[in-house]
Amino acid sequence: MDLNRCEAYAQCAFQAPDVFAMHGEEALMYEPCPGDERREQVMRAAASCPVQAILVEWPGGPAVPEEAGTGARG
Amino acid sequence: MPAADGSAEEFRRRGHAVVVGASLAGLRAAETLREEGFAGTLTMIGDEPHEPYDRPPLSKQVLLGRTGAGDTLLPRRRALEARWLLGTAATGLDLAGRRVRLAGGEEVRYDRLLIATGTRARPWIKETEATLDGVLTLRTAGEAARLARRLDARPRRVLVIGAGFTGSEIASACRERGIDVTVAERGPAPLVGALGGVVGAVAAELHRAHGVDLRCGITVTALEGDQAGRLRCAHLSDGTVLEADVAVVALGAVRNTEWLAGSGLAAGPRGIACDAGCRAFDVHGIVTDDVFVAGDVARSPHPLFGYQFLSLEHWGNAVAQAEVAAHNMVSPGPERRPHLWLPAFWSAQFGVNIKSVGVPPMGRELAVVQGSLTERRFAAVYGHQGRVIAAVTFDHGRWLPFYGRLIESAAPFPPDFAQVDRAPGGPRPIPAEFPDPALPTHGPTVTLSGYAPSERRVTFVPARV
Repeated sequence: MDLNRCEAYAQCAFQAPDVFAMHGEEALMYEPCPGDERREQVMRAAASCPVQAILVEWPGGPAVPEEAGTGARG
Repeated sequence: MPAADGSAEEFRRRGHAVVVGASLAGLRAAETLREEGFAGTLTMIGDEPHEPYDRPPLSKQVLLGRTGAGDTLLPRRRALEARWLLGTAATGLDLAGRRVRLAGGEEVRYDRLLIATGTRARPWIKETEATLDGVLTLRTAGEAARLARRLDARPRRVLVIGAGFTGSEIASACRERGIDVTVAERGPAPLVGALGGVVGAVAAELHRAHGVDLRCGITVTALEGDQAGRLRCAHLSDGTVLEADVAVVALGAVRNTEWLAGSGLAAGPRGIACDAGCRAFDVHGIVTDDVFVAGDVARSPHPLFGYQFLSLEHWGNAVAQAEVAAHNMVSPGPERRPHLWLPAFWSAQFGVNIKSVGVPPMGRELAVVQGSLTERRFAAVYGHQGRVIAAVTFDHGRWLPFYGRLIESAAPFPPDFAQVDRAPGGPRPIPAEFPDPALPTHGPTVTLSGYAPSERRVTFVPARV
């Protein structure tokens, strides 16, 4: 998450409520490495972010080194 | 074989790039190298055993128990095809021989080197007290895991020493978990070094409104353990003895430059001096052409701020500077770019989102331009020599890009734009109330220092490390 970019439109919290949540009016809390079952939610959240503040990496996507853990890191 | 003496093209094709520091700046630099077509050998050296991970969640989600300390790995932008030397500290640099010495005695040759060794938490000043069971710091994933475990064990009271951003976020997490917390701050208010006394007073209200036992103008004179070596209490400068199971030392950061002592690079407690193209200076003030610097450990001149050398301990700076450094490592002179990033940071504490652009400590005056301080929802701009130099928002972050543009265009201060919902005549500037820079503090997130063409003076002398 690039929280410099984030402007609290909260689209991610609608698209992936298990991963992103508003904390107060404007601060965002998120799960940095959500499990694979959240993959679709997280991709929707990343796509819907108006300021594109969410970077997602899934195994099999870009560059997963040897023993890298599972899940997205966003 | 040295593959790339002088020629950027040769280096790009078959040189050896070594990155010391495998955190945010090191990772993003390595990715940029590959993105820009670097096809040579890439070696990543990091003293921590982990793959590059993200630190901002450590003082927030991790302390709240929502995320494991080991679950904040950074997402990768692309494949790196790098040789990783993790859990391996660099211990020395031979500039003439182009070699990095490692803790095990091994040496790694480079054609071009990027230094991104960052900072570590400043330890408690008294070594014997620092080793007491229950005295912690917070910077790394390991430290976050230890602190999170302590909070899980429901301590009776946590003492946070220092009310900078990290200290304030720790206090916020404690309160959210219903744990009693005392914050001892030497200055007159939290965040005073980074944002000044006016905004600091708002932060103090936030602390107190959330049940923090905030004590300003107070220092901790001693930490005392029981016979088993467990922290028992803290002695404060006003004579108070405070019982606490956990003390978190949040007194700012120390730059990891000791390994460069005697190397001939211009490296010291304030960081490594480099030019706007991220090339390191040597001790003579002559720029090198094969050693680059990025992230918290760098200090470079910024044209927007009078060419002062700025050290920015900011997440966004690490990313932006790493990208510029990597680009310049593989580019010939005329294609090199300056690092002109507008400083920006955020902090989430007590449910409030605090964001800033520019360099607030340069501002002598401040004007609240949206919202109000009493509501703790506002945007304020800082002025320096008649221009807007910085802005801060509390739960007003969406407007920050507008203020960023004011800073970039040297807009006049006090601001002359028409304001919605404001009395005519514009905002009245008031002193921003930054503390005397000569006094030691927990450390502002921005350190203004060194040489400025128009004003050659030193304004801040950090304690010797």
